[in-house]
Amino acid sequence: MNVLINQTPVELPEGASVADAVAHLAPQPPFAVAVNLQFIPNSRYAAQPLADGDQVEIIAPVTGG
Amino acid sequence: MTKQDTSPAASADALVLYGQSFDSRLLLGTARYPSPAVLEAAVRRARPAMVTASLRRQGAQPGEAGQGFWELLKRLGVPVLPNTAGCYSADEAITTAQMAREVFGTPWIKLEVIGDDYTLQPDTLNLVQAAEQLIRDGFHVLPYCTEDLVLCQRLVDVGCQAVMPWAAPIGTGRGPVNPYGLQLLRERLDVPLLVDAGLGLPSHACQVMEWGFDGVLLNTAVALASDPVAMAGAFADAVSAGRTARMAGAMQPQAAAQPSTPVLGTPFWHHAT
Repeated sequence: MNVLINQTPVELPEGASVADAVAHLAPQPPFAVAVNLQFIPNSRYAAQPLADGDQVEIIAPVTGG
Repeated sequence: MTKQDTSPAASADALVLYGQSFDSRLLLGTARYPSPAVLEAAVRRARPAMVTASLRRQGAQPGEAGQGFWELLKRLGVPVLPNTAGCYSADEAITTAQMAREVFGTPWIKLEVIGDDYTLQPDTLNLVQAAEQLIRDGFHVLPYCTEDLVLCQRLVDVGCQAVMPWAAPIGTGRGPVNPYGLQLLRERLDVPLLVDAGLGLPSHACQVMEWGFDGVLLNTAVALASDPVAMAGAFADAVSAGRTARMAGAMQPQAAAQPSTPVLGTPFWHHAT
């Protein structure tokens, strides 16, 4: 299946989960994940399936005002 | 730097938000500093109640993102107030807040829902909707809003225990552009009010504290100063001075001059040659 991870097209195997998307990007902790604008708690990464066309956002702390 | 307000050591005049007591009434942003080292020194000088932070996709500017910034936050030991900057809808802001709670391990959130690109003016309608949902989900919401009285009352109605009206658009440094509106807000609402955004000078911060505001949140005025560390100290002093003045009770302005030195017994009084 094809998904967008941080707006970059990525091909993942059928049946892939959020855990697979995280493993693909391999972000440094801490980070958090949303799929199609829905927050996915880290306890649900493995159980949360992805579908073709899903938009995965993986974000980390930055400075802010 | 923080402690529960049940502590006997808590100051009688501590800032209390959502039941938590803070020694400082200054909240400081972490963006736009010349370097992480300057940011760290500025925070250590100002000793703020909280420092703000945000969330972005990995790959932002070096030094302002990722592991280095995270390590700096941990080293500072100052409570973090994540924001939802860059969100343009209630859904975006709610999701960002949920992600921030997981990343930073805190229920605190500075809620921003932007409605206009040019002024970064908040989308007041969606702001209330997002605040209501986040309060229901257990967040300690500090909404960034305009000085509109009815909007602020609605935010209180949905459960916000503090409100953060702007002084002027973010990053302008103009100081309070609507003194009447801000002072009216202070008179009409009983919840803690913190002025957020638009302050440029320590005198601006001192002024709003003299009006009775409970705290100040600022970023750019410190970060873009020629000497951010010195300016951080100046703002901290100004916030403290303004608060002290408010609590001390200012004199009433008088229409005519009144001698401050007693005139009785003045030598040569009215004996001009």
